[in-house]
Amino acid sequence: MGVRLGVLALQGDVSEHILGFERALMAIGVGDYAVVPVRRPRDLDGIRGLAIPGGESTTISRLIDKNGLRDPLVHFEGGIFATCAGMVLVADRVDDPRVRTLGLIDMAVQRNAFGRQKESFEADIEVRGLDRPYHAYFIRAPVAREVGSGVEVLAEIGAGIVAVRKGQHMALSFHPELGGDTRLHVMFLEGLGVQKG
Amino acid sequence: MKLEELRFGTELLKRGFASMQKGGVIMDVVNAEQALIAEEAGAVAVMALERVPADIRKAGGVARMADPAIILEIMDAVSIPVMAKVRIGHFVEAQILESLGVDMIDESEVLTPADEEFHIDKRAFSVPFVCGARDLGEALRRIHEGAAMVRTKGEAGTGNVVEAVRHMRNIMGEIRALQGKTPQEITSRARDLEAPPDLLLETVKMGRLPVVNFSAGGIATPADAALMMQMGADGVFVGSGIFHSGNPERMARAIVEAVNHFDDPKVIAEVSKGLGQPMKGIDVHTLREDEVLQYRGR
Repeated sequence: MGVRLGVLALQGDVSEHILGFERALMAIGVGDYAVVPVRRPRDLDGIRGLAIPGGESTTISRLIDKNGLRDPLVHFEGGIFATCAGMVLVADRVDDPRVRTLGLIDMAVQRNAFGRQKESFEADIEVRGLDRPYHAYFIRAPVAREVGSGVEVLAEIGAGIVAVRKGQHMALSFHPELGGDTRLHVMFLEGLGVQKG
Repeated sequence: MKLEELRFGTELLKRGFASMQKGGVIMDVVNAEQALIAEEAGAVAVMALERVPADIRKAGGVARMADPAIILEIMDAVSIPVMAKVRIGHFVEAQILESLGVDMIDESEVLTPADEEFHIDKRAFSVPFVCGARDLGEALRRIHEGAAMVRTKGEAGTGNVVEAVRHMRNIMGEIRALQGKTPQEITSRARDLEAPPDLLLETVKMGRLPVVNFSAGGIATPADAALMMQMGADGVFVGSGIFHSGNPERMARAIVEAVNHFDDPKVIAEVSKGLGQPMKGIDVHTLREDEVLQYRGR
């Protein structure tokens, strides 16, 4: 039975995430897999890992409710790989009442923590568990301000916490799906127990 | 991480910003109140304007960049990205918008062009640009100038989707027609299209434009929005179609849901119920040639 992964496909850079997972699966050496868009509760059947992409967290939050996905996501048993808007959505607390978060990771996040698009930047950052720096793209990115016990901080820069892991879940304020570096995807998939074969 | 090693305004950050808009609806708004309605309805971004295109048509005269005070008022009101329009070729209006901190600039044929020879050199800016296009050659010329996103022009302010359909089919149809051609044949076609050959080769290889491509200009109903999505748009701009309709809140929400469920007619039927009057609209064939906005800039 192959590895089945999903990408929450309500709004945002969905195709980039599908490609990101596919590249990582190839890097690990997994031959039998499927990466599918998830738009309805039934699409989650058999999914081991789900990416929540970048996009607008206000929009995605609204569509999660509209599509009846809130409960299925809150009770999802696989791992979640959340980037940018996704990091806001999996958090427990956010500085903006317009976003209803899923509360999957005990942390407080601040939306657009660096400012508007003109403050978007790319930089090499140190990530725990990686042997060399990771080139990260921050686009109107959020940061985590405080994390609860049991949440491991993977990366922190001057402005705040930008990568965390909790159990099978990972949340990143930047966009690993936009570059070609698969190491963070691989770290996530290995955390799910995905192996070569 | 060293502060001096941060890089801002790179090509990837500009195109990446556009990617985050995919699957979304970008709505024209003229004040903070409308911007809040758009955000509440689930818009991914708003376009801050002094008048929506239908009113620009009515007003006549020279249409320019909006008053910075209006743009700042809208930027303060919402947390989603704010875009604004500049005249084709008017790089000082673009410098002004960049200094205000808008998230994306639309170099738009809806405003009166400032330069009939050249578009703005968009690579000189760190803010990303979106530009209109009627066909593949025009789209690739804009990308070559540095546009991080393309939108098909349609015919703004008409509430008539026919030109948006024509332009999307021009672009997607040309890309389909070039599949399976040799690099020589594609390069030869690039000359006819007046497109940079390397960009055309990349486009054919990808089977789509190398940047995000939205649809614009005449979308007035949820069905129009879903039509453009099924034709291959990555998302839609809705201008006059929302705030010129009978019930803007409901129309805005309905269009957001129709884009999300563009391939599910049952959902589109549901959200289309009892929406009230869509904008009245104009038959494009009744426009005088000087009233047709899509011919501006090429």
